[in-house]
Amino acid sequence: MNKIGTVCATGGPAEPAACSVTLGTEHFTEANALVREALERADTVEIREAFAQRYLGCGMPSGKTLLIHGVPGNDMACYMDGGAIEVFGNAQDQIGNTMNGGSIVVHGRCGDAAGYGMRGGTIFVRDGCGWRVGIHMKQFEGRCPIIVIGGDAGSFLGEYMAGGIIVLLGKPGSYLATGMHGGVIYMKHELACADVPRGLVQEPIDEADEAVVGRLLIEYNEHFSHDLGGSVDASATGFFCLRPASSRPYASMYAN
Amino acid sequence: MLDCLLPRYKVLRDSEACVECGVCERSCANGVHHADEKNGRLSADHAKCVNCQRCVVMCPTLALAVTAWPQVGNGSNNWTLGVMQDIAKQAQTGAVLLSSMGNPQHYPIYWDHLLLNASQVTNPSIDPLREPMETRVFLGSRPDKLVVNEREHAVVTRMPPQLKLDIPVMFSAMSFGSISLNAQKSLAMAAVELGTYFNTGEGGLRKDLERYGDHAIVQVASGRFGVDMHYLNAGSMIEIKIGQGAKPGIGGHLPGEKINEEVSQTRMIPQGTDAISPAPHHDIYSIEDLRQLVFSLKEATRYTVPVAVKIAAVHNVAAIASGIARAGADVIVLDGFRGGTGAAPARIRDNVGIPIELALAAVDRRLRDEGIRSKVSLVAGGSIRSSADVVRAVALGADAVYSATAALVALGCHQCQDCASGRCNWGIATQRPDLVRRLNPEIGAERVVNLMRAWNREIEEMMGGMGINAIDSLRGNRLMLRAVGLNDKELEILGVRYAGS
Repeated sequence: MNKIGTVCATGGPAEPAACSVTLGTEHFTEANALVREALERADTVEIREAFAQRYLGCGMPSGKTLLIHGVPGNDMACYMDGGAIEVFGNAQDQIGNTMNGGSIVVHGRCGDAAGYGMRGGTIFVRDGCGWRVGIHMKQFEGRCPIIVIGGDAGSFLGEYMAGGIIVLLGKPGSYLATGMHGGVIYMKHELACADVPRGLVQEPIDEADEAVVGRLLIEYNEHFSHDLGGSVDASATGFFCLRPASSRPYASMYAN
Repeated sequence: MLDCLLPRYKVLRDSEACVECGVCERSCANGVHHADEKNGRLSADHAKCVNCQRCVVMCPTLALAVTAWPQVGNGSNNWTLGVMQDIAKQAQTGAVLLSSMGNPQHYPIYWDHLLLNASQVTNPSIDPLREPMETRVFLGSRPDKLVVNEREHAVVTRMPPQLKLDIPVMFSAMSFGSISLNAQKSLAMAAVELGTYFNTGEGGLRKDLERYGDHAIVQVASGRFGVDMHYLNAGSMIEIKIGQGAKPGIGGHLPGEKINEEVSQTRMIPQGTDAISPAPHHDIYSIEDLRQLVFSLKEATRYTVPVAVKIAAVHNVAAIASGIARAGADVIVLDGFRGGTGAAPARIRDNVGIPIELALAAVDRRLRDEGIRSKVSLVAGGSIRSSADVVRAVALGADAVYSATAALVALGCHQCQDCASGRCNWGIATQRPDLVRRLNPEIGAERVVNLMRAWNREIEEMMGGMGINAIDSLRGNRLMLRAVGLNDKELEILGVRYAGS
């Protein structure tokens, strides 16, 4: 194991081009302090030997990039505000919690509740994801959060979803999009009629949708075709979309 | 279909005093008063009246009064008129009944069974008009020990972030959306003036209230409305809302019709869609998970502000509070079942939760027994009606209290319990611009400041009477309380002795 600490290579007269931080088994408070310090010195920081330290990239602003080797812990990129994170391996639970903007690329799978309350930015996951991914996603004015999952999703994908886009190349789990009242889920595989959740409408995608999904699949290939030894079909033909029938699913439930 | 509903109230108009000026008609957003098309005489549509008393107060000749609908029930204590009216409403609509404000049912109010002590002869009382009295409170975690460099007169121990309150009362969470901008602004300005804090609720912090950030507590709830780095770092404390006393186990739900452009921008959600903030945080299933959220917020603010966790007072509250303290929270907020709300299912409001007095005493004792009381501060809310309630709460173990309803009453609220309709005639629980304009934030702030200054003076007087000159010496000091009309079990839970013993 390398020594814990920071190494910065000088990239030019002004700023070091990149810093490398080795975390080892450092506690998350010290680990994050090291990473933040490195980010002050360089715009791109490479993290080595991450051992499940939580909150890496917490609140990271735009213009900053983390390249993470090892396994980042829960709540990676929480409240992230425009930064970019690439994980060369799997990610744990709740990446992109309440993320405002930026991008996450995971060369592997991610755990539960990724993108909780996310309202901007993109999350690309090469493989599958855990439960409750995309829960409470919401879009607002120009911001539209996007999650692309290359494999299967756990149960409750898109629960309470109020906005944004989820693209699912694998199969969803049970209780898909319960309480969804905004946004759209694009699926490669059609749901059997009986499996379409109540209050949601499944339709084949139209040309406008195809353009949206196509662009995201091209980006998916840019990130992962090397890992996968080939590209996925980026034409988006044959995809289906799932949208809520109403933005106010509970409007008639209450009386004064 | 015949709806079988009777009006709740009857508007009485003294026709001799009435000058037909029409103020009542213009002041009622519910459309109760209207002039007869033929003869121009004013009459009332009683069924629309919610008893907010705006017209009664506004009538220049005091010609109006609102009374209960005179229909009697059948005399049964069981099948009361109210119970039957609720059934009729549900038979008509098939809907969950909504209501607002706090639990109005006949449960014991323990505050009213607790009497305060005063010194006679042996321990002299203190005259607060002539001697210094300390009502300042610091909220937050405390270090295990304090190392002081006496030569330098400096504290060596690194202190965790704390909140400084000049009075032991803060304004509880009420979101922009549930209350109007002018109501929130009134509380923000009052908080600045009083040296205390207002709470944004879970609806985000409006741009033009950011200048009150030094006196703002920003709330994070399951829907994460308006939560970003800017918001988290705009306030002086972050409060994680797990539950609310008025509706334990029920989340927030702001209906789409209240989400206009401004509310949408502050909450960062689209206009017109329901803002759903369910009771469960789906990232929290354990104390360990809560710890994860607490520390994510501390990381996001670089450990510069305390993090509070607010829960509703429920059955196992003491064990839950112990877990919260161990999850790294700096402040635990307990909200009792009489706490108010902008909207809650009536059955939840009226039947779920436990009284704050019992919850507070139980939590304080549990944390002391476990030796972790000083690691956290305790804040009690859920119907603090007067300075005497504040003193009782502190004596039962609270560091400070949260008050919302009393502050709203100072702004004009008459407790009609119709907040959910969005037609608040006092400009408080509404987003209608014509109604919001009725509340002038400067005047509102002044009234709230007056109220709290009066309370603080009363607190000083009561403490002085006990011979206590600093509120720290009152905290958890149950010897200053004696009970009347309570049974042994209640005394045991409260940790209070019976009057005369």
